[in-house]
Amino acid sequence: MREKLLNMWSVLKLPLIAVLVGFLVGAVCILAAGSNPVTAYVALFKGSLASIPSIGETLYKVTPILLTGLAAAIGFRCGLFNIGGEGQYVIAAISTVAAAWYFQWMPHFILVPFLLLIGIMAGGFWGGIAGILKAKMGINEVITTIMLNWTALYLSNYLVRTVLNPATILGSTPRGHSVIVPEVARLGKLRDVIPAFGFSSVHSGIFIALGVAVVMWFLLFKTTLGYEIRGVGLNHQAAEYGGISSAKNTFLAMFISGGLAGLAGSIQMLGLVYMVNQSTELPGYGFTGLSVALVGLSHPLGCIPAALLFGILENGSRQMQLAGIPKEITAIISAVILVFVAGSLLLKYGSNWYEKQKMKKQGLKQGSPVMDATTKGVE
Amino acid sequence: MEERKVNYLLAKVVEMKKITKVFPGTIANDQVDFDLEKGEIHVLLGENGAGKTTLMNILYGLYQQTSGEIFFHGEKVDIRGPNAAIALGIGMVHQHFMLVENFTVAENIILGNEPSKWKGWKLDMEDAISRVQKVSDEFGLKVDPNAVIEDISVGLAQRVEILKALYKGAEVLILDEPTAVLTPQEIDEMGIILRKLTEEGKSIILITHKLKEVLSMSDRVTVIRRGKIVNTLKTKDTNVDELAEMMVGREVKLTSDRTEKDPGQVILSVQEMVVKDHRKLDAVKGISFEVRAGEVLAIAGVDGNGQKELVEALTGLTKTAGGKVLLCGTDITGAKPRKVIEAGVGHIPEDRHKRGLILQSTLAENLILGYHYCPPFARKGVMNYEAIYQHGKTLIEEFDVRTPNENVTAGSLSGGNQQKAIIAREFYKDPPLLIAAQPTRGLDVGAIEFVHRRLLEQRANNKAVLLVSLELDEVMNLADRIAVIYQGQIVGVIDGKDATERKLGIMMAGGTLEEADKEGGTTNEGKTS
Amino acid sequence: MNSMIALAVIASAIRLATPLLLAALGGVFSERSGVVNIGLEGIMIFGAFFSVWFTHMTGNAWVGVVAAMVFGVVAASLLAVISINLKGNQIIAGTAINLLAAALTAFFLELIWHRSGSTPICPDMLTSNPFRLLEGIPLIGSLFKQFTPFVYLAFALVFVTYYVLWKTPWGLHVRAVGEHPKAADTVGIGVYKTRWTCVLISGVLAGLAGACLSIGTVGLFREGMVAGKGFIALAAMVFGKWHPAGSLGACLFFGLCSAIQIQAQSFGLNVPSEFLAMVPYVATIIVLIGVVGKAVAPKADGQPYEKDEA
Repeated sequence: MREKLLNMWSVLKLPLIAVLVGFLVGAVCILAAGSNPVTAYVALFKGSLASIPSIGETLYKVTPILLTGLAAAIGFRCGLFNIGGEGQYVIAAISTVAAAWYFQWMPHFILVPFLLLIGIMAGGFWGGIAGILKAKMGINEVITTIMLNWTALYLSNYLVRTVLNPATILGSTPRGHSVIVPEVARLGKLRDVIPAFGFSSVHSGIFIALGVAVVMWFLLFKTTLGYEIRGVGLNHQAAEYGGISSAKNTFLAMFISGGLAGLAGSIQMLGLVYMVNQSTELPGYGFTGLSVALVGLSHPLGCIPAALLFGILENGSRQMQLAGIPKEITAIISAVILVFVAGSLLLKYGSNWYEKQKMKKQGLKQGSPVMDATTKGVE
Repeated sequence: MEERKVNYLLAKVVEMKKITKVFPGTIANDQVDFDLEKGEIHVLLGENGAGKTTLMNILYGLYQQTSGEIFFHGEKVDIRGPNAAIALGIGMVHQHFMLVENFTVAENIILGNEPSKWKGWKLDMEDAISRVQKVSDEFGLKVDPNAVIEDISVGLAQRVEILKALYKGAEVLILDEPTAVLTPQEIDEMGIILRKLTEEGKSIILITHKLKEVLSMSDRVTVIRRGKIVNTLKTKDTNVDELAEMMVGREVKLTSDRTEKDPGQVILSVQEMVVKDHRKLDAVKGISFEVRAGEVLAIAGVDGNGQKELVEALTGLTKTAGGKVLLCGTDITGAKPRKVIEAGVGHIPEDRHKRGLILQSTLAENLILGYHYCPPFARKGVMNYEAIYQHGKTLIEEFDVRTPNENVTAGSLSGGNQQKAIIAREFYKDPPLLIAAQPTRGLDVGAIEFVHRRLLEQRANNKAVLLVSLELDEVMNLADRIAVIYQGQIVGVIDGKDATERKLGIMMAGGTLEEADKEGGTTNEGKTS
Repeated sequence: MNSMIALAVIASAIRLATPLLLAALGGVFSERSGVVNIGLEGIMIFGAFFSVWFTHMTGNAWVGVVAAMVFGVVAASLLAVISINLKGNQIIAGTAINLLAAALTAFFLELIWHRSGSTPICPDMLTSNPFRLLEGIPLIGSLFKQFTPFVYLAFALVFVTYYVLWKTPWGLHVRAVGEHPKAADTVGIGVYKTRWTCVLISGVLAGLAGACLSIGTVGLFREGMVAGKGFIALAAMVFGKWHPAGSLGACLFFGLCSAIQIQAQSFGLNVPSEFLAMVPYVATIIVLIGVVGKAVAPKADGQPYEKDEA
């Protein structure tokens, strides 16, 4: 039992310390702004957790980043860096809005799942492009997903300006946003069922996100697909030896990852935002998702508390602002947490670090199988 | 290069006295005495793991000795790192080259000592090229200074490495397994180059395990075995047989319970197989052999003669470039690993950390790798962890894997227990063909005995076993037939009962069956190509 | 009439390419030594902000330029520590710097000027052509009217980068470290030191790129003004095969696309501006597909170096 606790501590201490450092740096910045960190943080947590509506708002913020966090986590588990959550989100958002408009004749209980599926497929497709390029041609997914992010953004802007603009569809004056998601497609708000949620805009998407987290946990740890994805991520050569296809699983992992980010976009559209705006900036959920995944140690269930943390930061910033503290503090805290996590050696899944440590302990043996004698350079 | 006040009258350039190097768990060098005379080529001969590279790494400053002294031209020296060794005039050409692939020959040679103008602001490539040319001419090592490394042959690349050392003023050259990567013609050329270098006053140490090259290229040979020096002889006073015997030694013979058996039907049939290595050269050049049910066929040979590529091709990890592979009559040529596994092949890989286990995963999860998608471990894509843990427990007990439980990570097990786990996993499949590549590498005597027992068990149960091993003892204890592989071809197949270390050693060094039988002996099977 | 438009487009293209080029050259240094720098965007944000701030404080835009370089170095040091010394993941480190830069600059904006969105206009800017004489050149003189000091700097730096990396001994060291750090180590080249220097240089250049966007264009800092240009610079570097000349070509190409985007109406071009905006990114992916199999990036790019015993 004691060993188990020790094990848990050695694994959890990294994200916990990172969070602590984040809050410390935040405190320094708050001091620099001339305020009291203690009152600031009290305001932060009060603002996000003190009342049911506040909790509701926090949960609203948690929803998309939990999903993008899951997206990043699945990617990491397969040894992939899906930096493309942004683009996958955007593609899914625009697809969802378009489909919501054109299929609004469908009844609500069929339409909503249908639209969510569209979102997953769209995001999966977008992620799958990078997946195929990596699986078949070995092209690094970091660059391709970043490129696809911006491609998605401009594609979305184009569609919003033309095909999906209220001007085109409804004949009204041109707007900077798409047509609005009709009532029938929208996710129900919690306050309609539980009045205690008051002003908060939290919607049923939070349940979907939590459910998906559990599904992802199941997928990753209880299915053969999960076993294979994890195998490829940890040691693709041993996986290959065991008959597991690296290419197939790389593609599937990217597709699933993209699909999750896409689901985030879809849910956001149907949950509150109801439209896609023209924008020069990426929405940001994808990057936050990276932080969520890393703090959550790439574990689907770990992403839940991590997403909650970042959700608190995002929501509580408004309350902090009312207390006179610049709202950017929470963004700084988030960024510092990520910086700190980045500095950790344990991050790189599938790295040789573990192996090297063991070999160092045993001393380098001759005829050691790790280095091939017949290469014209180091392999 | 600074002039060293040394005693040039002393013939010994390097003297290493009572060098001991201890690593956790092994004594790599045990009271080793080694010396190098001026102008000689001195071979350090031994099997893999004998301690030769460690000794030279100490001389080159990559390791520090645990105890013992080194003398250079009679003066005691403390070599703290490669830069110190280079400053003394010791250069080393490693097994895996330290060359930047897309730089030219000249750029690689001058790297770190670039000639420059304008106080270091302009790289003087003309000067560099002429200097390289000068050194090249001086020692007769022809290279094109402007050739790019990735375009030139391995033999030429090796020359560049040698030139690099000479350019830095090396007086002593250490070459680690230089002939491992060369063709026979390149080996001859290298012999001539080395001679010329000694005529120019250089002294050379060659690390190798290739007996043939020892005889043709050296003045003296020191044989090292399991960290200890066996003997140092003048090359002209010895011969291949004696060297083979010294190198391999008379070890405790593990008793083999191999009973007489009549082999059954052909399980594995390999026909004219050709496999290319990652440099796109032929590593396996048209091999054919058969393994029958109830027999152990061993592929013996020195590392790097195509065994790795052969095994990878048979297990589907590499593509074949020609030939056919039939398992129980079914053609599995070019099949992917999963198909090969499903066809009935078990594989104990030679690199258990790279291929055999996912070290960060639990033992239980490792014990189902390869059939993780089959019932009872998974049904319709969903894993049954109860069955998986039960399977783990059963195997751990049956194969005596020393571990607290099945949930620890595979990486926390000792090497021997990791190998037992892999064997347990593969044996569970009860495959008609078991391929075991270096199955006892890095294991202690107890673990070795366990592995051998299990392999013979497979044989007793009428399964086919293909053993690929560098250890002659193992080969002779276990195999019904032994095929020796040399430079990608089978140079001879001997019956287990007719095999001697001497015969095998000669064939492993490239000799033919006839040469091996010179002392008169029983007739053997003819050479199979 | 047409030639005037053509010249306007070319001038626009060159001006738009300039910040991209500066950042891309920074990327070249960093990646040639083996450190992936996804944080160019973040460093540009720092450069844009601190140049404006210091210009406000001192009234002199050149001080702002120096500030941009200094804070670029500071940001790059963070990347260097994480990537080189802590052997952390370079992608995450770069992404973290991007997020940190956006957050910190917004915070400082609030703190110093008590407003969010953008700073007031700087008392001094670097938006005019310092070499008046060149405007007198017949035919193309009008081009130079559009150039800021940054343009000349960027073009000069292309040559400097090429010279330093391919014609000096240190440049040989850098490229060796990026291709085969072990080989460099065994001949006594300091791998960590070389990489640190290169990452810091990328900080200087990306900082300059940011300054170019702020005091070299609009004379103020606005949140979100970098808007992905750091990533276009990254794309240009990849498209240009990690070579200064290639980066120059790529940046000019991407700048041209932006310029055409702006001027599209004037020559009746019907291509939607969004597609033009997409060109750098799609083009980079296509180039990557095209060079599959042929190693183009420095071989050791992105891999932390472990200095272990043998």
